[in-house]
Amino acid sequence: MSTQFSFHGGVHPPENKRQSTGGPIQIAPIPEQLSVPLSQHIGAPSDVVVAVGDRVLKGQVIAEAVGRISVNVHAPSSGVVEAIEARPVPHSSGMTAPSIVIRTDGEDEWVEHSGLEDFRAIPKQELIDFIRHHGISGMGGAGFPTDVKLHLGDDHIVNTLILNAMECEPYITADDMLLREHAEQVVKGIEVIAHLLQPHHVMIGIEDNKPQAIRALELATEQSKLNLDIVVVPTVYPSGGEKQLIKLLTGVEVPSGHIPADVGIVCQNVGTASAIYDAVYNGIPLISRIVTLTGDALGHPHNMRALIGTPLQTLLQSAQLREKDLYRLVIGGPMMGFTVDSQSIPLIKTTNCVIAATYNEMPPAPPANPCIRCGMCEQVCPAELLPQQLHWFAKGKEFEKAKHHNLFDCIECGACSYVCPSNIPLVQYYRFAKAEIRNEEAEQRKADHARQRFEARQARLEQEKLEKELRRKQRAEEAAKAQAVKKDKAVQNSEKAESSGEPDLKSLKTASAVARTKLKKAQKALQLAEDKGVGDIDKLRQTVTELEAKERAAQEAYDQAQSAPAEQPVVDIQQLKTNAAVARTKLKQAEKALAKAKESGEGDLEALRAKLAEQKAKTEAAQAAYDQAESGGAPQADVNAVNLDELKASMETALGKVDKAQKALDAAVASGSPAVEKMKAGVEKLQGKYKEAKAEYENAQSAPASAPVMSAETLAELKADMEAIQGKVEKAQKALDAAVSSGSPAVEKMKAGVEKLQGKYKEAKAEYENAQSAPASAPVVSAETLAELKSDMEAMQGKVEKAQKALDAATASGSPAADKMKAGVEKLQGKYNELKQAFLEAGGQLPAAQPDAAPVDPKTLKQTVSIVRTKLKKAQAALDGAADDVELQTEVQRLTQAHEVAKKALDTYESEQNDKAAAEGIDLKQLKIDAAMARAAVTKAERALSKAREAEQDDLPEIEQQLLAAQLEAENLNQTLSRFTD
Amino acid sequence: MDIILIAVIALLGLALVFGLLLGFASVRFRVEGNPLVDQIDGILPQTQCGQCGYPGCRPYAEAISEGDAINKCPPGGQSTVEALADLLDVEAIPLEGGVEEEPVKKVAYIREDECIGCTKCIQACPVDAILGAAKQMHTVIESECTGCDLCVEPCPVDCIDMLPIETTLNTWKWDMPKPGVDLIVTDLRGELKQGDAA
Repeated sequence: MSTQFSFHGGVHPPENKRQSTGGPIQIAPIPEQLSVPLSQHIGAPSDVVVAVGDRVLKGQVIAEAVGRISVNVHAPSSGVVEAIEARPVPHSSGMTAPSIVIRTDGEDEWVEHSGLEDFRAIPKQELIDFIRHHGISGMGGAGFPTDVKLHLGDDHIVNTLILNAMECEPYITADDMLLREHAEQVVKGIEVIAHLLQPHHVMIGIEDNKPQAIRALELATEQSKLNLDIVVVPTVYPSGGEKQLIKLLTGVEVPSGHIPADVGIVCQNVGTASAIYDAVYNGIPLISRIVTLTGDALGHPHNMRALIGTPLQTLLQSAQLREKDLYRLVIGGPMMGFTVDSQSIPLIKTTNCVIAATYNEMPPAPPANPCIRCGMCEQVCPAELLPQQLHWFAKGKEFEKAKHHNLFDCIECGACSYVCPSNIPLVQYYRFAKAEIRNEEAEQRKADHARQRFEARQARLEQEKLEKELRRKQRAEEAAKAQAVKKDKAVQNSEKAESSGEPDLKSLKTASAVARTKLKKAQKALQLAEDKGVGDIDKLRQTVTELEAKERAAQEAYDQAQSAPAEQPVVDIQQLKTNAAVARTKLKQAEKALAKAKESGEGDLEALRAKLAEQKAKTEAAQAAYDQAESGGAPQADVNAVNLDELKASMETALGKVDKAQKALDAAVASGSPAVEKMKAGVEKLQGKYKEAKAEYENAQSAPASAPVMSAETLAELKADMEAIQGKVEKAQKALDAAVSSGSPAVEKMKAGVEKLQGKYKEAKAEYENAQSAPASAPVVSAETLAELKSDMEAMQGKVEKAQKALDAATASGSPAADKMKAGVEKLQGKYNELKQAFLEAGGQLPAAQPDAAPVDPKTLKQTVSIVRTKLKKAQAALDGAADDVELQTEVQRLTQAHEVAKKALDTYESEQNDKAAAEGIDLKQLKIDAAMARAAVTKAERALSKAREAEQDDLPEIEQQLLAAQLEAENLNQTLSRFTD
Repeated sequence: MDIILIAVIALLGLALVFGLLLGFASVRFRVEGNPLVDQIDGILPQTQCGQCGYPGCRPYAEAISEGDAINKCPPGGQSTVEALADLLDVEAIPLEGGVEEEPVKKVAYIREDECIGCTKCIQACPVDAILGAAKQMHTVIESECTGCDLCVEPCPVDCIDMLPIETTLNTWKWDMPKPGVDLIVTDLRGELKQGDAA
C-alpha cells in the first residue's frame, strides 16, 4: 500500500505515545459515584427518563434521545439515581451541565440485553435505530451521533468508507491499543457499517507509527470477506483530521462548507466501529470506552476501559497519580485538548485521553510577541488558510473579513501556534473570532425572528383595527338601516293614515255605519210614531226611505272601495266622477228651477240665475278635476286633502243652494206663487242633500285618526260653521224684522225659519263647545287636574285622620278642648268631602263625557251615606271602648240618624230611578251592567284595532267593523241610561 | 457646416437612444422601497424596545436613512453603531448617554406566583413573547423575548424581572486571548503561580 497523496502542511510534534502502550488495557474500577452528562455530543441533550431515587441497572436507558441528532444515555453500572443536577463536565469553559448522578452498588447488575442474531436479516432502518438506541456516537472527536452518519447512504452516494485509525495527536494511544487487542471486533463493526452504507471501497487509514496495530488489523481482515484496504500513511500531524485523512487516502478535497458525504465518502472512527460491534453482537450500549491515561505525573500510565461518568480522580488514582507533580490536567491531546480545573470531571463518550502533565512537560505558553510575518503558520496549515491574516482580523475584530478568509475551514489543529516563533496563541484567536461570528449570526437570526414576529404582530394589530373599524361600520350601518326602516314604517304609517285609501275606506265605512244607525233610529221613531199615532208619520216615512237609500249607497260605496283597496286612485276617480255627475244633476235641477220660475214669472230670477251660473262653474270644475284625475291619476298623498276639500266644497254649495232655494221659496210664498209647494219640496231636498254632504264631510274629517291636528281642524271648522250659522240667523232676524215692519203675510213662516236657524246655531255652538272641551282638553288637562285633585284629597284625608285620632285621644282623656277639636275635625272633613267631590266630578266626567251634573247627585248621596256609616262605626268603636261616655253616646245617636237620613235619600233616589226605568220596561241595573259591558267591549275593540294596526294584520276591516258595532251599542245603551239617570 | 450638423444630429441621436434606455431601465428595474432602510434595519438588533425614541427598529432605520444619529440604540451597543457607521460611511460616534459598550443581553422573567393575570404585559410586548390569558398566570417565552424592557413598566404588581441570559455550554464562547505584549515577565510569573491547574 502506498500513498500517492498528501495534504498541505502538517507538523511533527514529539509523539509521546510509548508511555501508555506498555501494558494491556485494564478495566477501570467502578467508582462510588458516576456522573453521566445528558449531553455528551453535538446535538440536543437527551431527555431524562429516571427519577431521583430510582434503582437503575447497568445498560438501562436513563435518558432518551430528543430530536434527530441525539442518542440515548445508559446507566454505566447498577445503582441508585442520587441526583439529577448540574455537574462539572469536560468542557473548555469549565462550566457545569445537567447530569444524572448514580450511586453505584458495586453489583454491576446488567439489565436484560442481547445483540442481534443476524444484523443482515433485519431492515437497515431497524438496525440503525438499534444502534441509535444503544447510544453510539462518534468516539473520535466531536462525538457526532453515529446513526446520523449511517443514514448518509439514503441521500448520498457513498463510494468509500474510511475508517480513521490515524490517532495523529501525541500521547493518545487508545485506538492503537484497541486495534492491538480487539482488531477482529473492529473489523466486525466495520462490516456492520459497510452493510449499512454499501460502499464500493472500504479503507482503514493508519499511521506508520503503530506497527502492532497494523499487524493485528491485517490478521483480522484476512478473516473478513470485506474488501478492506489498510492504508498506512506516514506520521504527520494532523493526518487524523477528517478532511486531511480523505485527502491523504483518496486525493479528494472536500469543498469548503461541505461534508465528506457530498463527495461520496464517509468517515468513521475505529473506536466507533468497536462500539457498534458491542452493540450489534452483544447488545452492550455505549457505557464504557478506552481512555489513555498518560503524563509525567502518573506513575503507571496506561489505557483503561472505563465506564462513562467515572470521575477522572478514580482513573488517575488507579494510574498512580502523583499529586505534587501535577501541573496541568488536560483532556484530549496536547494539540487540541483543553485544560480542566477539577479532577471530579467525569469521563464522557468522547474522552480519549487524559494527560496529567508536570510543569516541565507542558510549561505555560511564553508571552506572545508581535507577529513578525514570518509565514511559518501558513506553511504548516493543513487547511491551506492564511493564519496570519486571520490572526490580524480576529485581533482587530474584523470578523467579516476573517469569514471571507475562510476562518470556518480552520480545524483548530494548533499546528500554526505550534510553529509560531512569536508564541502567538493563534488558535485562541480563531476560536474567539469563530465564537464571535457564531454569536453574531445567532443574534442576527434572533433579530430576524424578532422582526418577523414584530411585523406579524403589527400586521395582526392592523388587521384587528381594520376588523374593528369594519365591525363598527357594519353596526353603524345596521343601526342606520334599522333607523331608516323605522322611519320608513313611520312614514308609511303616516302616509297610510294620510293616503286616500284607508281613510277613504274608513270614512266610507263610517258613513255607511252612520247611515245605518240613522236609518235604525228613524225606523224606531217611525214605529213609535205609528204606534202612538202621533206626529208626522208621512214625513218620517219619507225620511226612512231616504235614509234607506243613503245607507244602501254608502254600503255600496264602501263595498266597492273594499273590493278594490289597491285601486285607491281609481276609487277616488270614481268619487270624482260621482261628484261631477251630482254637480251636473244639480245644474240641471237649478236650470229647471230657473225655467219654472221664468214660466211663472215669479221668484227671484236673478238669484236663480246666479245660482245656475255658480252651479255651472262648479260642474265644470268637478268635471275638470275628474278628467285630470282620470288622465294623470291625482297624486296619492293629497288625495285625502282633495277629498276633504271636495266634500267641503260640495257641502258648502249644498248649503248655498239650500239658502238660495229657501230665499226663493220665501219670495214665492211672499208673492203667493202657485209654485210654492214644488219649491218647498225642492228646498227640502236640497236641505237633505246639504245634510248628507255635511255628514260626509264631517265623517271624512273625523275619520283620519290623527286626533290632535284633525280635531283642531274640526274645531276650526265647527267654529266657522257656527259663525256662519250665526250670521245666517242674524240675517234671517233682520229679514224677519223687515217683514214684520212691512206687515208681510210670510212673517209667521219666517219666524219659524229664524227659530230653526237659531236652533241650528245653538246646536252648532253646543257641538263646538263639546268638541273643544272634550277631545282637546279633557285627556291632558283633566288627567293633570285629576292627579292634583287626588293628591289634594289624599292630603286632606291624612289631615282628617290625624285630627280624628287627636280628637279620639282627647275625648278618651276627657279633655275640655274636645268640642273645639270636633268642630275642627268636621271642618276638615267638610273640606275633604268637597275635594273628593271635585275629584270624583272631574273623574266621573271624563269617561262618560257627559256635561250634565245629574249623575253627581246620586254619587254624592252615596258618598254621604258611606262617610256617615264610617263615622258611625268609629264612634261606635269609641263608645265600646268607653261605654260610660255620654257625649259619645249622643254622638253615636246623632250619627245613626244622619246615616239613616242619608241612606233613605239614596234609596229614594235609586228607587225613583228604578221605577222610572221599570215604567218603560227596562231593568236599570241590567241596563247599567249592559252599558258598562258595552263600554268594555268598545275599549277591547279599540285595543284590538290598534294592535292589528301595529301588526298590520289583514283583518283590520273586520276589527273596525266590530269596533263600530261596539261603539254603536255602547252609544245606544249610554243614551238609554242617561235618560234614566238624569 | 455639414460636419457640424452631422455631429449635432449624431449626438442628439445618441442622447435620445440612451435617454430611452435609461428611462426603460428606471421603469423595468425599479427598486421598491428604500433598500438602505432594509440594510439599516438588518443591522439594528430588532428588540423593538423604542429606546431610540421611535416605535420599533424599522422606524428608527427610516429615521437614520433620513439623517438621524446612529448612536441611539442601546441594545445594539457600540458594535451596532460601528456597523451602521460602516454601512453609511460616517464616523462612528459613542453611544448616546454613555451606556456601557456591550450591553448585557437580558430576558424578561415573570415571577409567576405573583402574576395577577392582567394581560398588560402581553399588550406591551412587541414580539408576542408573553403567553397568558386574563386572570391566568402569564409567562415569557424566553426564546422569543428580545429583552426590550417594555413589559416591566406596565406590570401593576412589578413581578417582571429582567434577568441576564445565562451562558450555557452552547452559548459559551472563547474570550479574546490576552495580547502577550501587554504582559511583562514578572507579571506572567505571578499569574502562573496563582492557579496550578489553570
